Amino acid sequence: MITDRRKALLGMVLIGVALALLPFIIGKGLGNAWVRVLDFALLYVMLALGLNIVVGFAGLLDLGYIAFYAVGAYLYALLASPHFGLHWPVWAILPLGALVAGIFGVLLGAPTLRLRGDYLAIVTLGFGEIVRIFMNNLNAPINITNGPQGISQIDPVRIAGVPLSKTFEAFGLSFPSVYLYYYLFLALTLLVIFVSIRLEDSRIGRAWVAIREDEIAAKACGIDTRNVKLLAFAMGATFGGVAGGLFAGFQEFVSPESFGLMESIMVLCMVVLGGMGHIPGVILGGLLLAILPEALRHGAVPMQQAAFGKVLLDPESLRMLLFGLALIAVMLYRPAGLWPEARRKREFLAEKAK
Amino acid sequence: MRFTAKTISLAVASAFVVLGCGKPEAPPPPKAEQPAAPPAKPTVTVKIGHVSPLTGPQAHLGKDNENGARLAIEEANARKLEIGGAVVTFDLLGEDDQADPKQGTTVAQKLIDAKVNGVVGHLNSGTTIPASKLYHDAGIPQISPSATNPKYTQQGFKTAYRVMANDEQQGKVLGDYATHQLAAKKIAIIDDRTAYGQGVADEFEKAAKAGGATIVAREFTNDKATDFAAILTKIKSKKPDIVMYGGMDAQAGPMAQQLKKLGIKSRMLFADGGCTTEFHKLSGDAGEGHYCSLPGLPLDKMPGGPAFKEKYAKRFNVDIQLYAPYAYDAASVMIDAMQRANSVESAKYLEALPKTNLDGVTAKITFDEKGDVKDAAITLYQAKGGKWEALESIGGGAPAPAQPAAMEGMGGMTAAPAAAPAAAAPAEKK
Amino acid sequence: MDTFIQQIINGLVLGSIYALVALGYTMVYGILGLINFAHGEVVMIGALTALTVIKLLADSGLPGTLVVLIGMLAAIPVCMALGFTIERVAYRPLRNAPRLAPLITAIGVSIVLQQLAMIFWGRNYHAFPPILPTTGRDIGGAHITDLQIVIVLLAAAIMAGLMLLVNKTRLGRAMRATAENPQIAGLMGVNINVIISATFLIGSALAAVAGVMVSANYSIAHYHMGFILGLKAFTAAVLGGIGNLPGAMLGGVLLGLIESLGAGYIGDLTGGFLGSHYQDVFAFFVLILVLVFRPSGLMGEKVAERA
Repeated sequence: MITDRRKALLGMVLIGVALALLPFIIGKGLGNAWVRVLDFALLYVMLALGLNIVVGFAGLLDLGYIAFYAVGAYLYALLASPHFGLHWPVWAILPLGALVAGIFGVLLGAPTLRLRGDYLAIVTLGFGEIVRIFMNNLNAPINITNGPQGISQIDPVRIAGVPLSKTFEAFGLSFPSVYLYYYLFLALTLLVIFVSIRLEDSRIGRAWVAIREDEIAAKACGIDTRNVKLLAFAMGATFGGVAGGLFAGFQEFVSPESFGLMESIMVLCMVVLGGMGHIPGVILGGLLLAILPEALRHGAVPMQQAAFGKVLLDPESLRMLLFGLALIAVMLYRPAGLWPEARRKREFLAEKAK
Repeated sequence: MRFTAKTISLAVASAFVVLGCGKPEAPPPPKAEQPAAPPAKPTVTVKIGHVSPLTGPQAHLGKDNENGARLAIEEANARKLEIGGAVVTFDLLGEDDQADPKQGTTVAQKLIDAKVNGVVGHLNSGTTIPASKLYHDAGIPQISPSATNPKYTQQGFKTAYRVMANDEQQGKVLGDYATHQLAAKKIAIIDDRTAYGQGVADEFEKAAKAGGATIVAREFTNDKATDFAAILTKIKSKKPDIVMYGGMDAQAGPMAQQLKKLGIKSRMLFADGGCTTEFHKLSGDAGEGHYCSLPGLPLDKMPGGPAFKEKYAKRFNVDIQLYAPYAYDAASVMIDAMQRANSVESAKYLEALPKTNLDGVTAKITFDEKGDVKDAAITLYQAKGGKWEALESIGGGAPAPAQPAAMEGMGGMTAAPAAAPAAAAPAEKK
Repeated sequence: MDTFIQQIINGLVLGSIYALVALGYTMVYGILGLINFAHGEVVMIGALTALTVIKLLADSGLPGTLVVLIGMLAAIPVCMALGFTIERVAYRPLRNAPRLAPLITAIGVSIVLQQLAMIFWGRNYHAFPPILPTTGRDIGGAHITDLQIVIVLLAAAIMAGLMLLVNKTRLGRAMRATAENPQIAGLMGVNINVIISATFLIGSALAAVAGVMVSANYSIAHYHMGFILGLKAFTAAVLGGIGNLPGAMLGGVLLGLIESLGAGYIGDLTGGFLGSHYQDVFAFFVLILVLVFRPSGLMGEKVAERA
């Protein structure tokens, strides 16, 4: 027993060291642009885990999830930029962003409680668009969001007075901005993972799964489906709000273009491709879909030149084309996702055996 | 599960401890080294980045920009320029930002990693602004051919330049033109709710009001719309003399058609986004008689204009879409500054950029202290026989009296919060 | 008053366009319970195929209406083949998969079709040649073109035709049986694969017709026109009650009217605060409102919650 524990501990330590060294390895080997890609990938993992609560755990199809990301991002932008002349610290904004996004989650959840499946999909989609449209237009009569121009010169995230937007020198090492954000995002991603795992194992988590599997049976078992569903929307939204705040601090610029429907669809694809309801699967999905397109973009031209001697397909069309094909292929051959939950996998095998 | 979670956090903690103790084997962070020309070598390759959307709805414009920059660079290569004692070969790294701000910063980082000595781009203001911060931090000069959002050069970045009149300058000229030359009293305004469309339309509105016109309708669409019947019907009932649209050709063309179908006789007015050959294709004969403005002088009126058009067609076998001449000029300005500084190093030729005085394809290019092109010429056109016919050019020679006024509204914005003038704008709208 | 009539006409035309596309959505949904997210892209391929043929024939001296008809006839088989293939490759293997799986493949198909269209037809916007007569009629000071009248009538006719097909023919009965319960229908001797293929063939042919009508009315076609159109049509279908043919028509027309009247009047009613920039917000707001009170849409059946 003790040796097992030790082994597990050792494994965790090794993973921890690897995660800590990752930006240095990637930055040195592939360039800092890839560390930036990794930063975005971590943001997407947070988003995917948040959406996983709604779609994966509770089985509620949400096509407007990016709205919460937008709410978090705009809240940060408004409270820490010259736009209103406010410069709140990050530790105050992020929890507030989580809270406000959570409230938006309930706002979305409340009218949709009776809806199921595809009706829910279109309403959530509409909700996402409504939020985006308001952000795009609330520059008049009172200028709140600065409209399509977006909000620029947002304060970078500062931790203990150190802005993460500048290279930080310590212990004879220098950490470029993208590395610092990597550590921040990693820490928060781990927190989100931790919360996700705890939620999954909690009473609420089991109630969500019950609703996903059979809402009527869940109700019959004494689960307050209304509150439990609302909680799913609120919790999922919270993660989105945090990720949004981080995005605003990282980019130092937000505009409504970043929160379109395609982004919602992208996050949904991460959850479903990875394996709905299965936390490691969702993390994998998030990382894959955030990084793979970049890798394709990078590899497409040299590969074609090697194979045909010239570039037949514009690397960008090829990238999107392969992305689309990958979505189809993964669903065809692994319909429960790349790394499904053991229980789901069993269900599928049983289905096939029928 | 609790066990797992605990160990994860433990692992992370230990990871940070490991880091904190300082890893002797950790590689030093990459330093921004300039590929300076060692005197021994007779040639040196200089990388110049170019960013525009190469996929998505604006892909045709993105490719056009890239072609423009590529042409300038190929010509410079053919001239075998000698800078700092070495023959310079320029290499254009074309990147795609999909008109997406997030993608914009990723490719910006990529170009910084690739140690480019300068960047021509991006096309859209939405991507140019967030990326400009990265270029600024890396000390890489950036010249945007077509990002016209005033904010871009108001951030106080020494590295940010543009070779096109910004939305303020253009909206102002259009507004003056509508009220003075066209003597419009009642004006309807539509914009597409993009940063560009809204920016131009708002400036137009200010100038038109200052010129004594009444804004009878302010309507909106979006940059993916094809149906404008509802807003045009509403506008029809207000009987405007002029309908101004702030947006791109893909909407302007069908809008002109629907305007005609609904029997609205008013002329339309577009800024550069609608001032394309594509507009005639998309509007058919409904495009006749409408007006548009384009920064710079007409291509045909420039000494190098027709030649550029010909060169471009010969090299790429397609027609110029829109901003290619500006991308060409942006790249030329950059190379010119390198020549004058006799160095391809960012830090060195950055000092030479403010003193730019170049006869470009689009205009004679000099910069003001913010990095905006000074006294940018803006030309007005009217659609006649399926072509844009130049009417008159404003600015680009004698100092236009309009210019300082346009700038005044933004006074002190470089340092002051961006919110101040932005918040003031709606107050004026009433 | 003429402005109001014009806005009603605008809404009716726009709504009929939505309805044309929504009928295809609802048809597939009614039989399979699947959101065919790629339907909008099939409409786009139909429009671009027809346009290619029409451009070739534009200078042939044939009457414009005939040229457009030929273009449409060329686009129909292309779209049918496409729809058939999509179903075989992307949906059929997933019939028993979790509900979200076919939705994701549909998104995948949508992206692939868009990219293929971009490679094939280029990134530029394509103008519809001005070969159709631009004549129209004036109704109480408002104007409607002949083409727009055709669109409105065609949408209604197609809806009626589909209803006849579903309710009165052998194929329709098999379709309804498949919709009710595919397994039992199979046991009753219905070849459900054939029925589903037939559904997709009909839906795709409709998409081709819709594509031609849309591009003719707006004189424009491009490779990403399908996405927004599909989205609006989907909204319309849900508004009316997805899976219900008259519902798609009603939902489409309603959506068109909301957008047109919303953009036309709400701005003035709210002192300019909620102007035409909130056009889509009105549409979605009405949708949410309808679904709160009627969770299965306006004409959707109240299905008992099945376990």
